[in-house]
Amino acid sequence: MGWAIALHGGAGDIPLSLSPERRLPREDALRHCLNIGVNAIKSQQHALDVVELVVRELENHPNFNAGRGSVLTSFGTVEMEACIMDGNTKRCGAVSGLTTVVNPISLARLVMEKTPHIYLAFDGAEAFAREQGVDTVDSSHFITAENIERLKQAKEANRVQLDYTQPIQKEVKLETHAADGDSQIGTVGCVAVDNHGNLATATSTGGFVNKMVGRIGDTPIIGAGTYANHLCAVSATGKGEAIIRCTVARDVAALMEFKGLSLEEAAASVVEGAPRGTVGLVAVSPSGEVTMPFNTTGMFRACATEDGYSEIGIWSSEQS
Amino acid sequence: MGGWAIAVHGGAGVDPNLPAERQEEAKRLLARCLDLGISALRSNLPAIDVVELVVRELETDPLFNSGRGSALTEKGTVEMEASIMDGPKRRCGAVSGLTTGVELVDNEYFITEDNVGMLKLAKEANSILFDYRIPTVGLESCGAGAAATESPLQMNGLLISVYAPETVGCVVVDQEGRCAAATSTGGLMNKMTGRIGDSPMIGAGTYACDLCGVSCTGEGEAIIRGTLAREVAAVMEYKGLGLHEAVDYVIKERLDEGKAGLIAVSKNGEVVCGFNTNGMFRGCATEDGFMEVGIWE
Repeated sequence: MGWAIALHGGAGDIPLSLSPERRLPREDALRHCLNIGVNAIKSQQHALDVVELVVRELENHPNFNAGRGSVLTSFGTVEMEACIMDGNTKRCGAVSGLTTVVNPISLARLVMEKTPHIYLAFDGAEAFAREQGVDTVDSSHFITAENIERLKQAKEANRVQLDYTQPIQKEVKLETHAADGDSQIGTVGCVAVDNHGNLATATSTGGFVNKMVGRIGDTPIIGAGTYANHLCAVSATGKGEAIIRCTVARDVAALMEFKGLSLEEAAASVVEGAPRGTVGLVAVSPSGEVTMPFNTTGMFRACATEDGYSEIGIWSSEQS
Repeated sequence: MGGWAIAVHGGAGVDPNLPAERQEEAKRLLARCLDLGISALRSNLPAIDVVELVVRELETDPLFNSGRGSALTEKGTVEMEASIMDGPKRRCGAVSGLTTGVELVDNEYFITEDNVGMLKLAKEANSILFDYRIPTVGLESCGAGAAATESPLQMNGLLISVYAPETVGCVVVDQEGRCAAATSTGGLMNKMTGRIGDSPMIGAGTYACDLCGVSCTGEGEAIIRGTLAREVAAVMEYKGLGLHEAVDYVIKERLDEGKAGLIAVSKNGEVVCGFNTNGMFRGCATEDGFMEVGIWE
């Protein structure tokens, strides 16, 4: 027993050659966010408050694809989405299509707590944000120079493969690496179990570069990118459409519940079962276990448990 | 083993005082849609085409809450949502917040006079039960003290007569054992603009895989929390349950306090309707000649 926390800053084709100038700030940010989470848990905050707090911090960090730093749609705009879920009650809230809300994760929590609904999107969600008085800024705040460049590169690379106005060419291998090699990587998330065994999960993202306007990914879909119940809390990241099809987050819980697998076995089974290069996730159990499997090249991740274990990593141990 | 099967629904949670002629009208529509699907299956259309065809027909008829006849948002507008999923390869697509439909008609086209009246009633009911602009501390007292609405038959805090539950859906397994599911809805009467419910959420309102196809209807938030449609497939896959057992289990164990219903087919040509509401508009048929259209238990 005891608390545990894990967080991620996206999984994908993170090149092993990632330069220190790109790697170190992200590792620092992961360490910083992990410390914030650990301190919150140690000061007896509820798991739900902890995951919200950590994800807010990740959203505020411009190097991750959520909140400030969100990648751009094909129109050069941001459309952010987020989701939060409480394990013991299975209460949950989700938002999509946000353009001005500084911390989407906190709006998701307000949807959960202040409306009869679970999920608000686009204009309705923006109107709700104003009604609730959450921090909003001009949409340009979220747009970094780096992401304008990424969009430009993605548009050039995607013109053939992903232009939906053109017939899809079968089996075209996607070679869409932007120069920095991590333009497709997105999503931040945090899962936690506190000293009282409360489980919670939160996930937030800007989606993927050059996405169609209005596209909703796995992040706000309960059971796909985000899920928690009494057995585990899960936050997933990777290729959204694959995660939706595989109902990744719910399946970790379902394998524990229906097949009696352990957290680690269940998470590994789901990640192995998904197409290679598509999925990573972080998960915790009520007894304080933590697991962070991925079938991509890498996943920005960090975790800590009450018994003193702590890890910050990008690639798997054999690679790095 | 084998053979095609089809089921359609027009929502779970039915007003027990629904006039007889409305009941007959609903049954006729369900039967017509079943026939449409059956003909398509007999002409060897794949399951995915059949579910789309049938749901389009249900959307076009104003009787149920989808397409024309959709429930209204608090602003009196229509925001429709739908999803479709093909069992083989689990390909899927979903939309939400639609105001003009595929054929680009005016939003007014979807608004029926009946629903304008229902919205007024829903607003009155919701102003007591869960107006989110009222601080939540009042909620407990309101919940218990909803003396104005003592009828036990409520869904999502609305009297059942106002609730407009009639999401539509169709599940099909074709002769080759391919399963598909489709669900379409106008959502909850008096919903906040921008609200997304279970219907477009893969795994919640709609799911199909190699084993089965499932379409759900009812209290959206309970269906989302229960990842209801995926759950039917998950207990078949991970616990080895048959379709009947899986549907029974999910309706009994996965809804907590929520009220909902679902239709499901398996790759073996079985078909099941399950619900814990007081009724569900539904119809089903199989290749061996079985056909049923019903509303009550």
